[in-house]
Amino acid sequence: MSELGKVVGRGQAGGSGVDLLARPPRRSGLIVAARALLADKLAFAAFLFLVLLILGATFANIVAPHDPEAGGGLMLRNKPPMTASEDGLPYLLGTDQLGRDLLSRLLYGARVSLAVGVASVLISGTFGVGLGLIAGYYRGLLDDVIMRLVDVQMGFPSLLLALVVLYVLGPGVWKVILVLAVTRWMVYARVTRGLVLSYRENVFVDAARTIGASDRRILLLHILPNLFSPILVLATLEVATMILTEASLSFLGLGIQPPDSSWGLMLAQGRQYVQTAWWLVTFPGVMILLTALSINLLATWVRAITDPVTRWRYLMPKRQQAPGG
Amino acid sequence: MFHSIFILFGLVIAVFFVTHLLGDPARLMLRPEATPDQVEALREDLGLNDSIWVQFGRYMGNLARGDFGDSLWQRVPAMPIVLDRLPNTLYLAGVTMAVAVPLAIGLGIVSAVRPRSIADRLVTVVSLSGVSVADFWLGLMLVLVFAVQLGWLPTSGFGGLSFVALPAAALAVRPIGRISQVVRSAMFDEMQRTYVTTARAKGLRERVVVISHTLKNAAIPIITLTGDEAASLLNGAVVIETLFGWPGIGILLIQAIERRDLPLIEATAIVIAIMVVGLNLLVDLTYTLIDPRVRYQ
Repeated sequence: MSELGKVVGRGQAGGSGVDLLARPPRRSGLIVAARALLADKLAFAAFLFLVLLILGATFANIVAPHDPEAGGGLMLRNKPPMTASEDGLPYLLGTDQLGRDLLSRLLYGARVSLAVGVASVLISGTFGVGLGLIAGYYRGLLDDVIMRLVDVQMGFPSLLLALVVLYVLGPGVWKVILVLAVTRWMVYARVTRGLVLSYRENVFVDAARTIGASDRRILLLHILPNLFSPILVLATLEVATMILTEASLSFLGLGIQPPDSSWGLMLAQGRQYVQTAWWLVTFPGVMILLTALSINLLATWVRAITDPVTRWRYLMPKRQQAPGG
Repeated sequence: MFHSIFILFGLVIAVFFVTHLLGDPARLMLRPEATPDQVEALREDLGLNDSIWVQFGRYMGNLARGDFGDSLWQRVPAMPIVLDRLPNTLYLAGVTMAVAVPLAIGLGIVSAVRPRSIADRLVTVVSLSGVSVADFWLGLMLVLVFAVQLGWLPTSGFGGLSFVALPAAALAVRPIGRISQVVRSAMFDEMQRTYVTTARAKGLRERVVVISHTLKNAAIPIITLTGDEAASLLNGAVVIETLFGWPGIGILLIQAIERRDLPLIEATAIVIAIMVVGLNLLVDLTYTLIDPRVRYQ
């Protein structure tokens, strides 16, 4: 019923619709992306680390060399890395204050840390993007109210807000996820609104409206697809922020609580042994650092590859590029 | 100016909402094992059985007089306790920013003038690491190396340069990372502009071109982010102050939460909000100093 709008809208989105500028037949987007990823060693390493981490966390019950909950008794407390164990598999990263294998605990902790990061981003992203769409598209009073809310929340440091709200609500994994989501929704709302403001004046939106497309259809089918790549980059970066914030909250005792475990909680528990068992605080922190760094590297790469100004560097063979450009 | 007051007002209402509607203040103040009778007595005592509007009016009235009630833990008015601790946090934040800003600008310039060089890639990795590291973990590692192993610096406590060095270093990595990235991209964009070519054609030295022409034009985004980072230092300060036993308002907030001291929590939250709003106002005013094109009516 709105064939014209679809065609023009898709053309803007760079999708598979009719393209006014005829291009040579394109290779599959996936192959192009894979090739570009291989060309950037740093981004590829980050990608590899994240894939391994996600696999390791998902299949922790298979991959983990030891039971993360089974303490080896007092004899095995705070053993340094590479200590041999009775059942043959050495404690690669040592044992913790209860004689449990640190590597296995890191893998299981990754489940919570990653799940909290991803879940809170999904919730706050959905909420923030939705409000941003409404504010940017309808303008008026609704826009004013939403954006003033954004301004107010921007005025308060997010970790402190999470602390105060968690103090009121009490600890727990789901509460941490919700609180983290509530503290960051405004980031998406602000970015989405800005993008919608520029897109809603576009010809393809006028065209869609002319042929009678409803507001909902315009928002969801014509405007939203255009926001995909910037929002994806933002959300990826936010996962790193969330993992770091969760670690801080758990470290302060208001985040994840035993018997659940996360990297931040492991750090908090290992802190009192920092002088005698350095591995207890070192490795969880290294995991947080590597995870957040990989996410940041990958997001930087995605941003470069989706930006037409910088994209060619990754898609062209090295020798064709001007030196120093 | 009006905007700042509006935001501050919004934050004050938000604090009231979170502490009075989301939870029951009487329950928040008492230990979880308190009996229903004790809760009821405290509710009566605090006037919590009045309607929410009466409570809100009383809260705003007290606020206008700067009265947050007595701290339950220290049995003295809450506001002076917070104001007492404030200079310590400002001291730590000041040292941190004094180290971070020049360093970040230096790193950003180095990578912007030679894009895609080894130095540029190195700066990118360093700045991304700075953003990715958990500051309290870095603090622990610094303690492990410089205090425990080498014994050069004290592990924790408040005092002069030797005390402030480790917490400030742990706090500085994040602003260094974020500011240097913005300096890099803003400088890179400005370097492509025609006025740079003009300046070079005039025969100005490259240092003059970079510092007094380009950096000045790239200043607006750099200042905006520096303000943001200064405000979010308060985030980091909570964890870092707790880690190093630094007697600022960050550790005060944690102590107040541990002791379920609601008046003190409210006072701390309001003071933090005032500081952040004031900082944003300061940033806005700085724009007019740096860039004569920006004017406020």
